[in-house]
Amino acid sequence: MEMVVNAAGRRVPIRINGQAVFPFQGIGQYKPTGRMVGRPLRSCADYPADGDKVVPDIKTALQQCGLRDGMTISTHHHFREGDLVANRLFDCIAEMGVRDIRWFPSAAFVCHAPLINYLEAGVIHHIEGSMNGPLGDYCSEGKMRGTAVLRSHGGRWQALQDGEVHVDIAVIAAPAADRFGNCNGARGPSACGPLGYAEADAQFADKVIVVTDHLVPFPCTPWHIQGQLVDYVVLVDKIGIPEKIVAGTTQITKSPDRLRIAELTAKFAEAAGLIRNGFSFQTGAGGISLAFTKYLEETMRRNKITASFYLGGSNQLPVRMLEEGLIDTIIDIQAFDLQAVCSTRDNPHHIACGPFTTYNYHGKGNFNTLTDIAVLGATQVDLEYNANVVTHSDGRLKHGIGGWQNCLFAKCTVLAIPSFRDRIPVIVDKVTTLTGPAELVDVVVTERGICINPRRTDLLDAIKGTKLPLIDIKSLQHTVQDICGGAPEPPHVGEQVVAVVKWVDGTVLDSIYRVL
Amino acid sequence: MACAGRHGPEVRSDCWINVEPGGSGLHLNLESKVKSLYGTHIERQIKQACARVGLKNARIDIKDSGALPFVISARLETALRRSGINVGSTLVPPAKADFTASDKDRLRRTRLYLPGNTPHLFLNAGLHEPDAIILDLEDSVAPSEKDAARVLVRNALLAVDFYKAERMVRINQLPMGLDDLEWIVPCGVQLILLPKCESPDQARLVDEKLNAINPGHAVWLLPIIESARGCFYAFEIAGASPNIAGLAVGLEDYTADIGVQRTSSGYESLWAQSRIVNAARAHGIQAIGSVFSHVDDQEGCFQAARAAKNLGFDGMGCIHPRHIPVMHDAFAPGEDEISRAKEIVLAFAEAQEKGLGVVSLNNKMIDAPVVKRAQTVIRHAIQAGRLNPGWQDNTSEVE
Repeated sequence: MEMVVNAAGRRVPIRINGQAVFPFQGIGQYKPTGRMVGRPLRSCADYPADGDKVVPDIKTALQQCGLRDGMTISTHHHFREGDLVANRLFDCIAEMGVRDIRWFPSAAFVCHAPLINYLEAGVIHHIEGSMNGPLGDYCSEGKMRGTAVLRSHGGRWQALQDGEVHVDIAVIAAPAADRFGNCNGARGPSACGPLGYAEADAQFADKVIVVTDHLVPFPCTPWHIQGQLVDYVVLVDKIGIPEKIVAGTTQITKSPDRLRIAELTAKFAEAAGLIRNGFSFQTGAGGISLAFTKYLEETMRRNKITASFYLGGSNQLPVRMLEEGLIDTIIDIQAFDLQAVCSTRDNPHHIACGPFTTYNYHGKGNFNTLTDIAVLGATQVDLEYNANVVTHSDGRLKHGIGGWQNCLFAKCTVLAIPSFRDRIPVIVDKVTTLTGPAELVDVVVTERGICINPRRTDLLDAIKGTKLPLIDIKSLQHTVQDICGGAPEPPHVGEQVVAVVKWVDGTVLDSIYRVL
Repeated sequence: MACAGRHGPEVRSDCWINVEPGGSGLHLNLESKVKSLYGTHIERQIKQACARVGLKNARIDIKDSGALPFVISARLETALRRSGINVGSTLVPPAKADFTASDKDRLRRTRLYLPGNTPHLFLNAGLHEPDAIILDLEDSVAPSEKDAARVLVRNALLAVDFYKAERMVRINQLPMGLDDLEWIVPCGVQLILLPKCESPDQARLVDEKLNAINPGHAVWLLPIIESARGCFYAFEIAGASPNIAGLAVGLEDYTADIGVQRTSSGYESLWAQSRIVNAARAHGIQAIGSVFSHVDDQEGCFQAARAAKNLGFDGMGCIHPRHIPVMHDAFAPGEDEISRAKEIVLAFAEAQEKGLGVVSLNNKMIDAPVVKRAQTVIRHAIQAGRLNPGWQDNTSEVE
């Protein structure tokens, strides 16, 4: 594999899965040209005049879509660990004897581990999407035939609109749909909230299948996905388990150490003057970020401050703040719990939207740069403030990028993380995998103190004279290594590139190597 | 074959080590979730330890869940001891902590209990800024694990930075508690909690043993009164030795002993609590309240701590770090209390300056104990960050 060194000093391939790619050129340096791709033109004459696009089952829909070897198929992760559609979809594809599919999910979860069988059997060629849990191990061990491509949610939209990824068939799990294909995630027994991640696939895929377990009379409103974009509708008994949306990384931490990190983050935000009337914020799905929201709420109440908007993934905490007038508007791509699901349905100030509106970097601005403070997690941060969110120190793929890279563009990006996990240092010499360039990482809050990127002299000035426990990142790393018993060994990885991390503009930021 | 420690999916920052002496050569089987990062470190540590005790032939199995070196060392030592190998003091880790004594009357509003055989709770305990941490060898350690906890607690005292917290250990009831002392006293412990203390003789026994192990080095003693009998002898216990820094009360066992349910109002133990406060005050030492045990009830925690303060206690025990700031808040002197104390202290200073034998404030005479209480309030207010230490110098500017 031919490799070059990109602007971040990382070795990256120039072709991935046979396709030429650009190396990362620096933040804001790569400019796209030309026009966005379009979907094929269609005629009403080819669709039922009575608007009934329902076919008996997924297999029929796939057959009528012209499924064949080597196609790209997409699914979405609104149900997170509760998704029942992707596994079933590939059962059908396997039964049809089709091979070498590129699976293009908006994210994969541990519940998708059974798909390893289809990777082994040749039904799936490779995955371009987050590689969590067993899928991450499978890929890290070099067992996947193609190279995994990890993109942010904004980067996924960018890849579709720029024509980097062409989806042949998009399969959208919709909690409520009519026979024409209008659908939403707000209603029905499997209501899951906004269908934001599916918007791009509906726009750009050749064929679109809506799979629902709740068929409603025409018209299904609000039509988060318009039936105009949909080819077939399939009714199944169950598409997802909404209770499992909360599973994984979306529960508030009970660990006193992590609560301390969240509390310190809120204190920093207050001391730095970021919490003022009309401010805006975004938090990740991790337990610390959620706890931060709780402390932020207390700070806002104490100082009688309201926020103009919260950018989500939302959950019950911002929802309650919206209801109590502490937040004016929630702009939401996905619901992280059932309270958020209900709120997107019932509260007109809780806006469901997609990554185009919020995250896409190849657009006329995005909402991330308007956000005052984003509080996120990370698996590693190095002494230069580069951050990693996809691999651990052992080099194995563990997490997807999610909206993380997009959120880095907030006016103040805070990584709220423990300085070590068990014996694994989080503050390291050099990140195993570069996912977030140092220029965009402003503050690192740990249980042992707060590190501020020296580039942000404004933040350093803003908190001068406060009692916040500031600590130099080098001295923090020294403490952490002292506790952990020295520096860890470098990851045992070979030369084979098993995955790449894309930057928000589609350039290649770093490579992930096969673990030995 | 002899093993020590824990493993399994729910275990964090601990390890399980099995030693099977015999065979030829040293064979290590390491399973670790940090194997790729620290596998070599761990194997080197184990081999060096074996060399130090002269163990040349054995099979050693290690199942590690991210244990830090001081934990690995403790588990290995326990496994070696359990297999009958004479370890002596060869595996005592080098000290990182300082061994200085604490002040006898230092602030002791909160003392955070850390079960002595659960290492993951030790690592960041000091970050939560309790006035003290208690490494517990008594009730939180299963009888079969007492030996393992001693080694682990000793290593923690030497290796873990508890920051500004006073380092306390709760030993077992006597006579086992006397043996505990040999493990921990030379290793930087600053205060010993003596559970279920019922007589001044028990306190004296511990005190004598402390002196015998480490003569001339002050390690304070805090007897815990948790029975009717102990309550009866509270005054004598408080006076048993000048090294007794305070008396603590344990209400869970006390209420069981007198045969009543413990209630949140605490009226059933009012006599005991007041008696212990009075016994302590009679000897000029601290009185420390019981433990608040409902983790999620922050409001209840504040009320309990405030009630303890109002009875005359200087602090309480806590089982969760989230209670620490709540208790500090409850034990802090109120604004009225502070401003009244400031007036009294200033009036006292003025009287001394003028050489007056009698202190008066607003035409009222102030007695000596009132002055003393005011001085204590000022000291606590400063320690709690509620009053600037230089308040007297700035008086004219502020007022």
